[in-house]
Amino acid sequence: MATLEIRDLHVTVEADNATKEILKGVDLTVKQGETHAIMGPNGSGKSTLAYSLAGHPKYTVTGGTVTLDGEDVLAMSVDERARAGLFLAMQYPVEVPGVSVSNFLRTAATAVRGEAPKLRTWVKEVREAMERLHMDPSFAERNVNEGFSGGEKKRHEILQLELLKPRIAILDETDSGLDVDALRVVSEGVNRVRETGEVGTLLITHYTRILRYIKPDHVHVFAGGRIVESGGPELADKLENEGYEAYVKGGASA
Amino acid sequence: MAENIPVGSTTSGAIAVAAEAKSTVATRMSAPPSFDVADFPVPHGREEEWRFTPLERLRGLHDGTAVATGEGVKVTVEAPEGAVVETVGRDDARLGRAGTPVDRVAAQAYSSFEKASVVTVPKETVLSEPIRIAVHGQGGVAFGHQVIELGDFAEAVVVIDHTGDAVLAANVDYILGDGAKLTVVSVQDWDDQAVHAAQHNALVGRDASFKSVVVTFGGDLVRLHPRVTYTGPGGEAELIGLYFTDAGQHQEHRLFVDHNVPHCKSNVVYKGALQGDEAHAVWIGDVLIEARAEGTDTYEMNRNLVLTDGARVDSVPNLEIETGEIVGAGHASATGRFDDEQLFYLMARGIPEHEARRLVVRGFFAELVQQIGVEDIEERLIAKIEQELEASVA
Ligand SMILES: Nc1ncnc2c1ncn2[C@@H]1O[C@H](COP(=O)(O)OP(=O)(O)OP(=O)(O)O)[C@@H](O)[C@H]1O
Ligand SMILES: [Mg+2]
Repeated sequence: MATLEIRDLHVTVEADNATKEILKGVDLTVKQGETHAIMGPNGSGKSTLAYSLAGHPKYTVTGGTVTLDGEDVLAMSVDERARAGLFLAMQYPVEVPGVSVSNFLRTAATAVRGEAPKLRTWVKEVREAMERLHMDPSFAERNVNEGFSGGEKKRHEILQLELLKPRIAILDETDSGLDVDALRVVSEGVNRVRETGEVGTLLITHYTRILRYIKPDHVHVFAGGRIVESGGPELADKLENEGYEAYVKGGASA
Repeated sequence: MAENIPVGSTTSGAIAVAAEAKSTVATRMSAPPSFDVADFPVPHGREEEWRFTPLERLRGLHDGTAVATGEGVKVTVEAPEGAVVETVGRDDARLGRAGTPVDRVAAQAYSSFEKASVVTVPKETVLSEPIRIAVHGQGGVAFGHQVIELGDFAEAVVVIDHTGDAVLAANVDYILGDGAKLTVVSVQDWDDQAVHAAQHNALVGRDASFKSVVVTFGGDLVRLHPRVTYTGPGGEAELIGLYFTDAGQHQEHRLFVDHNVPHCKSNVVYKGALQGDEAHAVWIGDVLIEARAEGTDTYEMNRNLVLTDGARVDSVPNLEIETGEIVGAGHASATGRFDDEQLFYLMARGIPEHEARRLVVRGFFAELVQQIGVEDIEERLIAKIEQELEASVA
């Protein structure tokens, strides 16, 4: 069973010629089959955590460890992490001009699966996955994320989640910018993947809205670069009613 | 319209609307066009037309010190039935009709060549196979002249393939009769040391269509002037270019389309990828719509993809309009980096770095490659792009 273990993770970024510590000791264990919601105010470092796990070059890990089934994730390159089973659905997916979605998906699937998927079954697999996410087939021929609306970009992220079948999925604000219909469609996609029991999910969100569709096993409050409180689904209800105020006052530090 | 311009690169452009003033496209040159090299002063490097070019790497083509050696280049012409291939002397009346040398190197070539090749496709002849002209450098210095002439309603595809090592200056004339259709693919696949400067003059007849594909990969220094003028209304010119500029290479494409006749079209698209230290690409796109050229429709675009630090692009589109009675006129230039965010996104999906670069570069060129229309060249080009990218990762 896949387990992602984050221990005392410290991360800095370079901004305006100064080094700024964003993550200040994150501890978290995510096991296959579990869903963890990470909730926190703007600027608390949620995306930094997600990017650091995926290996974005802008973020420097200054302390702590991250392992996937005991393997040192921090020693892996970005693509190695993905092939090891980590997936990051990005808050702001990147446009890649000149590369079609179909070409991109096939290249990614080939890399992650270790061999090129059989063309006939692959075409069907992609088509069906797109249908389930209510994506028009014409998206396959468009360039990756180019000119996609916010909601279309998020569907495209979940399409990749469904096709690449990671062991650990990090979803960074997949719910933001979605209207209610799109939120439902996207959540259904995430739930299909969760129902296989093969994925551990780290659901990063600012709002409780998505938790009506995707039921977490654990809820963590993230503030000031660390997890400040953990609990069950009931913690989300508390946040819904009381907001982050209590945490921001105590937890925020420059 | 520059986005994310790499350090040191420039993108500037101008649209000048001049009712009566003398064309700046013409006056920007330091001397008027001439067949005689003596009419051009030796450039010192600050002239508008030379300011991007490293003169010291021209190996004397610009100052008269380059002297032809016997075995400079070997030219082989392979033509299907229906085409007439001749080798002629300097005095042949068919030479130099499509355009006059615009800089000292082109004039030097015109003043120095000994034999010219003339390929003629007679009136109404439609060739089934491409004419293939192999220009193979044998390590020497050479001056060349070529003429490709299509009679009225003739149709042909010509591939001019430059390989090997040479210091070559040349003029190439394309003359299209009324209703003729000519596609010319000029491939610069030189060895690393080669120096190649050439002026391509196209004279497009009434209702004729001219397509020029310029593909530049190799050489130490390549400097080409593809130029188009029209002899009757209804002419169309499509100028496509692809270049892949590597570390240390200087590749310069200086285009000029002279809309001197009403109701003609031109469409220019040049795309280049650059990688490595001191890779330098220069693109100058001059389009002049003369006062009498009513009904002109023109568009020019240059896009550059900078793959690594240390590469430099200078891109200057320049559109000059002397009449308002036109269908359309536009230009665009953009130089972008293959940025870290794109790389991260692709790699975060398991795609290895070299594969990610390949995806992006192939995608960048794909649309143009498909427009070449000569299958073996398209395949060779794709293979070449892959090869260049492999070399960069290794
Ligand atoms: N690349 C960067 N350069 C400079 N500062 C950064 C960078 N990335 C993050 N930060 C800073 O780190 C802090 C945390 O940002 P992060 O994006 O991780 O927050 P977040 O919790 O995801 O916020 P949101 O809810 O708005 O998405 C912010 O103050 C942000 O400005
Ligand atoms: Mg965020």
